[in-house]
Amino acid sequence: MKKFMLDLAIKENKQLSDQYSLLILTSSIKLPEILPGQFAEVRVDGSPTTFLRRPISIHYIDYELNELWLLIQIVGDGTKRLAEMKAGESLNMLIPLGNSFTTPEDKSSKILLVGGGCGVAPLLYLGAYFKDKGFEVNFLLGARSRADLLQLCEYERFGNVYTTTEDGTHGERGFVTQHSLFNDSNFDYIYTCGPTPMMKAVARYALKTKANCEVSLENTMACGIGACLCCVTDTTEGHVCVCTEGPVFNITKLKWQI
Amino acid sequence: MANLNINIGKLQLKNPVMTASGTFGYGTEYSDFMDISRIGGIFVKGTTVRERQGNAYPRMAETPSGMLNAVGLQNKGVDYFIHNIYPTVKDIDTNIIVNVSGSTIEDYVETAEKLNSLSKIPAIELNISCPNVKEGGMAFGTSCSSAAQVVRAVRRVYENELIVKLSPNVTDISEIALAVEAEGADSVSLINTLLGMAINAEKRKPILSTITGGLSGPAVKPIALRMVWQVAKAVKIPVIGLGGIMTATDALEFMLAGASAIQIGTANFIDPTVSIKVIDGINDYLDRHGFQSVVDIIGALEM
Repeated sequence: MKKFMLDLAIKENKQLSDQYSLLILTSSIKLPEILPGQFAEVRVDGSPTTFLRRPISIHYIDYELNELWLLIQIVGDGTKRLAEMKAGESLNMLIPLGNSFTTPEDKSSKILLVGGGCGVAPLLYLGAYFKDKGFEVNFLLGARSRADLLQLCEYERFGNVYTTTEDGTHGERGFVTQHSLFNDSNFDYIYTCGPTPMMKAVARYALKTKANCEVSLENTMACGIGACLCCVTDTTEGHVCVCTEGPVFNITKLKWQI
Repeated sequence: MANLNINIGKLQLKNPVMTASGTFGYGTEYSDFMDISRIGGIFVKGTTVRERQGNAYPRMAETPSGMLNAVGLQNKGVDYFIHNIYPTVKDIDTNIIVNVSGSTIEDYVETAEKLNSLSKIPAIELNISCPNVKEGGMAFGTSCSSAAQVVRAVRRVYENELIVKLSPNVTDISEIALAVEAEGADSVSLINTLLGMAINAEKRKPILSTITGGLSGPAVKPIALRMVWQVAKAVKIPVIGLGGIMTATDALEFMLAGASAIQIGTANFIDPTVSIKVIDGINDYLDRHGFQSVVDIIGALEM
């Protein structure tokens, strides 16, 4: 897919909590085709301590409204600056980068999308994409507390939503992998993004139940286009760039201890 | 429109702006964003005699106005380059220059000999300055005798333009430059990265898997500029300057200090089209100051 460097305009910045912002961006030109799982390398202007671009998952695309959504979690100065951007400001980004999640061939496949923390971001667009293709979508979203479960009504537009919170303030108490959904259901395809221990636990379950499982990694990056070789992960084919061979990997390809 | 052509020994450049090894892949990674044939030259990823997996992740740390890397020369080896990469880059209408690294002198010689036979590779850049591999690399570039030894050996088998990339991690970089010039290097490029370190205080751990890594970006520019100025005064062969160049003004500073051409490295990660902007900016400067040719500003620093 052809990559572009574009200046998108911020249409709206919805502050979802003190830690999260939803940036809704638009452009005077038609947005390029973007696949679920792909990401943007965003240049952060106006943060003196931020030098490199920041890789950010595509949260959602609305082609009719020509909108691209980014879910920003504040983890440092760069993301803090992004989370504080105002409507009308412009954001320079390289898109679309990386590979995408695989679409099952069989429309009756049982599909589960498991997200934790900010890792829920790419799953909204993936769920929307799958629903559009005629799949039944199940989301399992985990967070520390109710306040960290973001955008739930958006996920509900595209599928069944199950939740867990560590403090029990929403859904079942505990971690996503402890959800009762796993007791009485088997899934053919599991897609996951979130903290590594969570993804490894999901991968363990997938291997046990012989489900096909894809994970989205978020290694630190410099270039985002396969030139610098900084973001590598170890796979059955040796070190490969997460920015070009990923960010989505089938768990059978990764050299994870699971 | 000033004349931007410049020759580095036998190497003919359409302009003095090139992209640094390890920051521009094989060039084609950037072709969605611009016409890469506009660049004066592309230094492709460090190539070794055999495939290298490089160092473990994490290999990169962002630092104030720069970054540390510890990639460790990950590449598929010179034979893979010749059979799989060369056919895809040989017809790009610019100079494709291969950066060559090794753990032993024999490694350097074998790789250089193989590249010597490729008609569309007009030059190699001998990397005797990589700080990220335990065996060799920088070890060759930090003493005059070992730098001289490796250049002498490669010079015997390599007939085209031989550029030697120098390490800044030395007491006197001019001495090393003079040593490689004496052994037949056609030009020198400097600086490679500066050895540095980053720590995560919360975790009380180093950020890089290798603990130390190479610092690049605008943070190193004043050091690079000083070294280019020192080396350009010391040697007769052309000097290629690099180290933290982000803008045309940065590039011009290196040329005024004595560089005949420059390389852009880390800046490619921030703006993939930066090299085109630097070419246009140099041209604007020459027009604005009434210079007919870019050659007129090399070493034109007024004291």
